[in-house]
Amino acid sequence: MSSLIHQVKRSFAIVKKDMLIFYLKGPVVIMGLLFPFFMFGAFLIGRNLSHAYLFVALISMTAFFTSTAVGPTIIPWEARSKTFERLISSPISITTVLFGDMQASFYFGVIITSLISLVAIFLNISLNFLIFIPAVLLSLVTFSAMTILMSSYPPTDVPADVMMLTSLVKFTLLFISGIFIPLENLPWYARTISAISPLTYLVDALRYSTNIQGYFPLWVDFLALLIFSLIFFFAGVAIHKKVLERRFT
Amino acid sequence: MFERKIKIVGVHTISVKVIEAENLTKYYGDFLAVDHISFSVKKGEIFGFLGPNGAGKTTTIRMLTGILKPSEGKIRMFGMEAEKNMLVLKERMGIVPEMANPYIDLTAMQNLMLIGRLYEMPKGKIRERGEELLHLFGLYEKRDKKVRSFSKGLKQRLSLAMALLPDPELLFLDEPTSGLDVMSARLIKRIIREENKKGKTIFMSTHNMNDANELCNRIAIINHGKIVAIDTPEKLKKIGEEHTVIELSLDPFKFDKNVTRNVDRIDVLGDKIKIYTKDVDDAIKSIVEYAKKENLRIISLTTEKPSLEDVFVYLVGDRNE
Repeated sequence: MSSLIHQVKRSFAIVKKDMLIFYLKGPVVIMGLLFPFFMFGAFLIGRNLSHAYLFVALISMTAFFTSTAVGPTIIPWEARSKTFERLISSPISITTVLFGDMQASFYFGVIITSLISLVAIFLNISLNFLIFIPAVLLSLVTFSAMTILMSSYPPTDVPADVMMLTSLVKFTLLFISGIFIPLENLPWYARTISAISPLTYLVDALRYSTNIQGYFPLWVDFLALLIFSLIFFFAGVAIHKKVLERRFT
Repeated sequence: MFERKIKIVGVHTISVKVIEAENLTKYYGDFLAVDHISFSVKKGEIFGFLGPNGAGKTTTIRMLTGILKPSEGKIRMFGMEAEKNMLVLKERMGIVPEMANPYIDLTAMQNLMLIGRLYEMPKGKIRERGEELLHLFGLYEKRDKKVRSFSKGLKQRLSLAMALLPDPELLFLDEPTSGLDVMSARLIKRIIREENKKGKTIFMSTHNMNDANELCNRIAIINHGKIVAIDTPEKLKKIGEEHTVIELSLDPFKFDKNVTRNVDRIDVLGDKIKIYTKDVDDAIKSIVEYAKKENLRIISLTTEKPSLEDVFVYLVGDRNE
């Protein structure tokens, strides 16, 4: 137990390093703030939707894209710049390194999503914060854990390779998660596919927070996000451990 | 008042083994990178791991430092089984991996702070020890500069400072002076000696004979994953004692390897020829006969006992070819 506490403490050093090197840079922050608006604009044009629908779409995309923006490329970047070996030579486990990377994605997601959430004021949306805050925080944990899985395979040291694969996954999830077309309007097979996307459950929970009827019961949304978080993180860690040697050969 | 003087008349060195590797083996798929090697490193020793590129030096260090799992064999460090206690053992180690860089987007001080936090050192202690090391490595003036602007030599100095920050008992250095400018290499070697005098045990890999000769108490020579010799530098030199090295230069430069008698090995190095022989008299006579016959002028001809490099080439060279 005491060893676990020490490892958690040390993971904050990884968070600080990630924040300084990868996240808190002008272009990354600006990209984090602007990209959801571009996506939102593309979604908005030519549609006549209520403010609440628009808000749900904007926050879902913001949480999803910001918390998965940099995370998948950290380990490949570290492997390429020959800093990864030094990091895991320190008295920390690979799980601690990945937990630190996951936290950095989460904190970055929290900062950007909080700022974007201020849009609610301008859209004059009445939010149920008891649903909104836990849903956003839990989804940020889920998406941050997803970056650990995304960075695990293939064990490449070329960040661009990972970016291509993660973009493919991210945009696929975006289109099947009920953001553009509500789940209830999808055919049964599309609804089945959307159930395997964690983003679906955030969108659904956010609808409840804006007084729109969701598709799944709210507890299902929270439980699904929690289960996805655990699967993503532990599967990611297991794969990272399995392919670790290949990063050095 | 009586003043009691204590005179230290001798220091007892207890030969405690800090590292014990037994039958250590590493396969990468079907490729055997490290082939059942066994060795031990005593407390307070500088132990050199000498070998050509691809011999298995880095793989061995990576197994010792817990980066790679051995395919077979056992490692004990500080009397503990490494596989089960690696996190605890890492607290007592400082590591400079081969080609491992500090973070170029952090400053020198931020890099030290990161390492300090990973070892859970108190913030004040990190700063104090960090500044001390930055002074020692001639980096203090650059402490707030991003490492991106550092030369290779400065990066390697910082790398060693990062490894020394937690004041470890055991230091692993993988090619610590490889490719460095003379001043950085000299500084690093001086600090390695000083840290060793303070009681640190040092395990260093190198392919630089001078470094191994100047720094190490004992050297293991590794080739194709196998240890081919392990001893003190002076004793290793005796392996080739029966040989004499003749260095020869002829004008015009021309040499027929088949004319010299009693020769074990001939290397042509630029405009010089190095001849390894057990019968120096006969070898020189045959060289002079050849020079006379071919009307070549002998510019220089020197004989010397083999250096550590010659022994290394003798042990490793032929097998590499």
